[in-house]
Amino acid sequence: MAGSHHGSAVGYHHISRRDFIKLTTVALGSLMGAVIGLPAIGYLVDPALKAGGKEAWIPLGPLEKFEVGKPTPVTFIRSKVNGWEKTANSYGVFVLRKSDAPTDVMVLSNRCTHLSCRVNWKEEQQAYLCPCHDAAFDINGAVLGGPPPRPLDKYAGENLKVEDGVVHIFFAEG
Amino acid sequence: MSRFGSTTMWKKLYAWLDERLGLNDLYKATLDRPEPRGNWWNTLGSASLFLFLLQGATGIFLTVYYTPSPDHAYDSITYIMNGVAFGWLIRGIHHWGSSLMVLIVFIHMLRVFVTASYKYPRELTWLIGVGLLLLTMGMGFTGYLLPWNQKAYWATTVGTAIAGSVPVVGEFIMKVLRGSSDLSALTLSRFFSAHIWMLPAALAGLIGVHLYLIIKHGESEFPGRDD
Ligand code: HEM
Ligand code: FES
Repeated sequence: MAGSHHGSAVGYHHISRRDFIKLTTVALGSLMGAVIGLPAIGYLVDPALKAGGKEAWIPLGPLEKFEVGKPTPVTFIRSKVNGWEKTANSYGVFVLRKSDAPTDVMVLSNRCTHLSCRVNWKEEQQAYLCPCHDAAFDINGAVLGGPPPRPLDKYAGENLKVEDGVVHIFFAEG
Repeated sequence: MSRFGSTTMWKKLYAWLDERLGLNDLYKATLDRPEPRGNWWNTLGSASLFLFLLQGATGIFLTVYYTPSPDHAYDSITYIMNGVAFGWLIRGIHHWGSSLMVLIVFIHMLRVFVTASYKYPRELTWLIGVGLLLLTMGMGFTGYLLPWNQKAYWATTVGTAIAGSVPVVGEFIMKVLRGSSDLSALTLSRFFSAHIWMLPAALAGLIGVHLYLIIKHGESEFPGRDD
């Protein structure tokens, strides 16, 4: 560009008109891209950022209802608001009284730790079997065979209480 | 000198692509074509095009949450407005953009009329333009029902009833528009289909031909004292 380098004393501070336009275009373009792009991304990922579940103590039933030594299935329903819709989800656990002592209770989730199918207690085999990929868990939830990476989830300690003869678990929605 | 080296690499890459895609010719035809001495009124066609693309982009985003069923349409829009981050912004742009687009397309047509640019050889550009105006208004009409609120419901009841006042075939046309004798779930889903698929596809196609003709004939000169 003719004339763009006159005044050589300030030569390296000098920025040509063409470069200035280029720079401004890139800068303004990036700014506008961010102003448009960031809200767009926020809009798309928003539900994932809000997916905090509710927690609550769930009563599973009075102790007398559960036969000692035999896991008993209990299901309960939790409703959840997704966007503009309320969905009722059903969850299941197994309650096992290991002895007559009112605190000797174990509660296992029925959700297979492999890929979340529901396991069933098989009295004859004395095992929880998963219908999906043939996993087996023993009465304490430990893996006997199949693909699951860890034992069945257990409600114990702070997440389990027996109050007025009723078994409760502290359930956090996923 | 690495910077120099990489620029020649990009230049080579560009030359390779240009040889196969004709990028330079494309650039000359679309952005570097000779124009008669311009006027701000000549930018309204491009403004219409920009608004069409903007409505397309925001509309696609709205379909992420919007649900075209009488049970959920209103709730899903309320959710977009109050529940989703920037939902108000995206819906706001789409909502106001629709009115602005009808307005801008209309003023674009007025300028083409005032400068008599519809004459030979641009008659077809004008005719296709008429199609574009009708389709743009069709977009406004079908989109207005989608929130499924009272205003939308009654505006569409009235709008389709107007079609029903045509002698002989009116009743039939009205039923085709509504998909039923009254407004129903069928009306909502066919308006949705028209709004997001049929009309935009037709608009995009006609805009393509419109632009092809503009590039082919170039912009018309403004009429001078002697015209
Ligand atoms: C979606 C709607 C439309 C789009 C996207 C669009 C786009 C454009 C663009 C980009 C141009 C060139 C720039 C300009 O002159 O403004 C143009 C020119 C033109 N448009 Fe449209 N247009 C639309 C609607 C219409 C309508 C409703 C009419 C008339 C009924 C029309 C008739 C014309 C004519 C005759 C020209 C040539 C003008 C000239 O050569 O001076 N267009 N249009
Ligand atoms: S999900 Fe239970 S074994 Fe795969």
